[in-house]
Amino acid sequence: MEKTAVGSLSQLTVGVGAGDMATADMVLNIGPQHPATHGVLRIALTLDGERIVRAQPIIGYMHRGAEKLFEARDYRQILVLANRHDWLSAFSNELGVAMAVERMLGLEVPARAIWARTLLAELNRVLNHLMFLGAYPLEMGAITPIFYAFTEREVLQAVMEEISGGRVHYMFNRIGGLKEDLPAGWLDRVDDAIAAVRRRLPDFDRLIRGNEIFQARTRGVGVLAAETVLAYGASGPVARASGVDFDLRRDEPYLAYAELDVPVVTRSDGDCYARFEVLLDQVAASLGLAGTCAQRLRDLPPGPINVRLPKIVKAPEGETYTWTENPLGINGYYLVSRGERTPWRLKLRTASFSNIQVLGELLPGCLVPDMVAILGSMFFVVGDIDK
Amino acid sequence: MTKVPGKGLVEGLGVTLKALTRRSVTQQYPDVEPELPPRSRGVIALLEENCTVCMLCARECPDWCIYIDSHKETLPAPEGGRARVRNVLDRFAIDFSLCMYCGICIEVCPFDALFWTPEFAYAEGDIGDLTHERDRLREWMWTVPEPPALDPGAEPAKEVTAAQKAQQPPPVQQARQAPARPARPSRSAGVAADRPEVDPPAGDSS
Amino acid sequence: MNQLISTSPLSLPSRAPVAATEATVSTFGHDPWWLILGKVVAVFVFLVLITLFLIWAERRIVARMQQRLGPNRTGPFGLGQGLADGIKLALKEEIIPAMADKPVYFIAPIVATIPAFLAFAVIPVGGVVSIFGHVTALQVTDLPVAVLFILACSSFGVYGIVLGGWASGSTYPLLGALRSAAQVISYEVSLALALVPIFLYAGSLSTSEIVAAQNRFWFVFLVPSFVIYMVSAVGETNRAPFDLPEAEGELVGGFHTEYSSLKFALFFLAEYINMTTVSAVATTLFLGGWHAPFLLSRVPVLNSGWFGLVWFTLKLLTVLFGFIWLRGTLPRLRYDQFMRLGWKLLIPASLVWLLLVAAMRTLVVEDVNLRRNLVPVGIVFVVLLLLVSFWPSSKKPDRDGEGEDGHPEIAVGNRAFPVPVLPGEQTDPTLAPREVTRA
Repeated sequence: MEKTAVGSLSQLTVGVGAGDMATADMVLNIGPQHPATHGVLRIALTLDGERIVRAQPIIGYMHRGAEKLFEARDYRQILVLANRHDWLSAFSNELGVAMAVERMLGLEVPARAIWARTLLAELNRVLNHLMFLGAYPLEMGAITPIFYAFTEREVLQAVMEEISGGRVHYMFNRIGGLKEDLPAGWLDRVDDAIAAVRRRLPDFDRLIRGNEIFQARTRGVGVLAAETVLAYGASGPVARASGVDFDLRRDEPYLAYAELDVPVVTRSDGDCYARFEVLLDQVAASLGLAGTCAQRLRDLPPGPINVRLPKIVKAPEGETYTWTENPLGINGYYLVSRGERTPWRLKLRTASFSNIQVLGELLPGCLVPDMVAILGSMFFVVGDIDK
Repeated sequence: MTKVPGKGLVEGLGVTLKALTRRSVTQQYPDVEPELPPRSRGVIALLEENCTVCMLCARECPDWCIYIDSHKETLPAPEGGRARVRNVLDRFAIDFSLCMYCGICIEVCPFDALFWTPEFAYAEGDIGDLTHERDRLREWMWTVPEPPALDPGAEPAKEVTAAQKAQQPPPVQQARQAPARPARPSRSAGVAADRPEVDPPAGDSS
Repeated sequence: MNQLISTSPLSLPSRAPVAATEATVSTFGHDPWWLILGKVVAVFVFLVLITLFLIWAERRIVARMQQRLGPNRTGPFGLGQGLADGIKLALKEEIIPAMADKPVYFIAPIVATIPAFLAFAVIPVGGVVSIFGHVTALQVTDLPVAVLFILACSSFGVYGIVLGGWASGSTYPLLGALRSAAQVISYEVSLALALVPIFLYAGSLSTSEIVAAQNRFWFVFLVPSFVIYMVSAVGETNRAPFDLPEAEGELVGGFHTEYSSLKFALFFLAEYINMTTVSAVATTLFLGGWHAPFLLSRVPVLNSGWFGLVWFTLKLLTVLFGFIWLRGTLPRLRYDQFMRLGWKLLIPASLVWLLLVAAMRTLVVEDVNLRRNLVPVGIVFVVLLLLVSFWPSSKKPDRDGEGEDGHPEIAVGNRAFPVPVLPGEQTDPTLAPREVTRA
């Protein structure tokens, strides 16, 4: 097999080429533009028929230099950028930065802000998960669930927009709390929205979870062992589906999670179906948490929702590491300050980046359609990978 | 695996058939305008009468999409006083093709000259037309909604507390002081509180 | 053969009563040239109109299933959408890949489209009517082996797909074409086998005579045949959940990825006409063709002549709705699962069923009452069929295979601290950045 000689040529002559190149591997570039990668992730697959021999995720097509930009932005401006790298969990991203800075400043965040943040973070988690619950079946050819998911997302986004003014990039966190207090009657509308989403969740069960074709496509496909999860630092629903029972909300509580009974959804199979189930059950769990938060917010005594800060916030010299359980997994923020208005360095540890590294392990040996199933079940946002 | 094979498929077909009979959720946008909450960040309106060309918004903007030009003007000295110099706004433009809709400019404005409005229908065929000059920004002012009432558990907006505190001794002046408080204007109830009273503030803050 | 059939005792009971409106093979071949031309044009127009309608209907129905409205801007209820799409496609820029094998690339869409139209020639859309004094059947023509002709056409259409995918000179279309070829070869077998019980009952392969044989009862009571036929038909037409050749999530567009403009439109047209054809075949062979449904068939006026066209169209649309419904609900099967379904389930099942039917048929000829037993037997059989089809496969995917054929395993170091391949790090020359472009 003259692979060296034929290597680059074989890419050109696929299909039409014949003769001596019959034994050359076929290289299939999934992406940078491909429906299954929702974003610009590229995976170079070496195929033997439809079987994947080698898979190499190639990232960086969406690198926007977020970390470098942070170094030239003050702490309020960083929030604007921070909610953009993972556009599906904007609130959680702002939250991590805000918490890191608050820890550096030694700020005590008012109780109302803590509970409101927890509520919004959980709603954001549901929004994020619904997106994947819709997009994942879509990649497998079921075109309907995404519209149900978006209908539900719309209900929640209306609530998020009412409080924050934004539908995707909420920009509602501030150092020391939230931008504004809740509008009157908002908590009731949150309850309504939660109830509406809850009502529709059985449809997902019936349409996808119980579907034999979907199960045939996902069960036993892309099995991720717990050791691999640990070795690659995968986290979030992907890790929990492999039996890694780790959730920062329970194991290292931040915000108000210490006072909440956080249900951690886990599965042990580690296959695509388990990952999907974790996500689906997590939606129900998060809706429950959000409902509890809304009730707690009603019961709280009146008080401020943020801390009055001087116009210019300077974090004292030092460093800190905050991590949060984002919808997609663990997000870490390593903040180094030299006592200026801007951080000296703010390193992001994003969940998607760690999660997709596993692809190189998972894909070889699978078929091309399995690749789609695995890719969809790794739950990543390309912006979150490339930053 | 379900007990009866094919049950999942049939249930799925049932879900879509049921949806077929339900009303669609489509919003007929151009025909029916969406109802947006007052906090919606659609476009930024400028109340240029309030602007003192302090440049805070332009400097705080994370992507520098606000352009301000001004010149200094000397006011004739009043009887027995000194001549005063004030800034006159020549150009105020926001490039919405760059804007990230974060709202920092509105937050930092010490004189309440910038407001969010939920209007969003200003797409352009030419990217250059997305730079709204001062008259266009001023026009958006007419669409600024009243901010929503706050949750009963919320602290009253500090403009309201300030206004109430000032209510007792000098009964005339308080309303004018309220918006001009620089500290850290959380805009929330501020607009509602002062707009009815301070609407023609023309030379007042300048 | 014709003689053989007409003397066969099997087909006698259903033929006798309404012979006036029922056509047989001998009805054909006597039309004047203008009538034949008229029929051909009418079938062509009918198919194109059905396609335009289908494009609209599919988008509307799927939209409603997704709680959307679907196209509603072009004409009343958006009915002009199909036409608008067609015109748009025709006016689009044509891009031919540099690596394409041009003659084949040009011919492929035509090869895909023509058989799709041809098959409809032998579909009876109505009974015998009188057109300008000529008594003729509403069917372009009929053959003693009309059903075989349909099968031949539908399997010929796949050449268009295979050639198109191959001639594009690109990876995705090639994969799509390969899938399509395997798919059609596998499902053609079960499709044809599912029809054999019909032949046993009707005693003929001529479509008009099969319809005539359904004067009393429809052949849909051969439930397993109908189920196997419908499943195979969905597979044969590359429709969801068996739309593997064009699986957009995996293969972008499949075999037509590199096609644009009118050529793409032709593929599109072929797909919809194929769908119409297999639905029309289902109507003709299983749902009584142009006969009026159930009780209405007792009224002679409703069960003859031009009314047949109405019933036929209604039945056709009902079957087509099934296609659309499936598309709106189900995810796509994986390729090997799809093949397993075809070879390990549908083909054996149709063989066993064929054996049963043949046995029953032999018994029926002697004792008519046994016919009643066929329905429960069929139902039991369908349940068994479904049970087997969704039985979980015990075979684990084998992950050791890929190291054997000379490819190095992926360069992952120590399992405890694996180091994925970095972009700059070349482990294999085939992954080298592409220097030669496609130009």
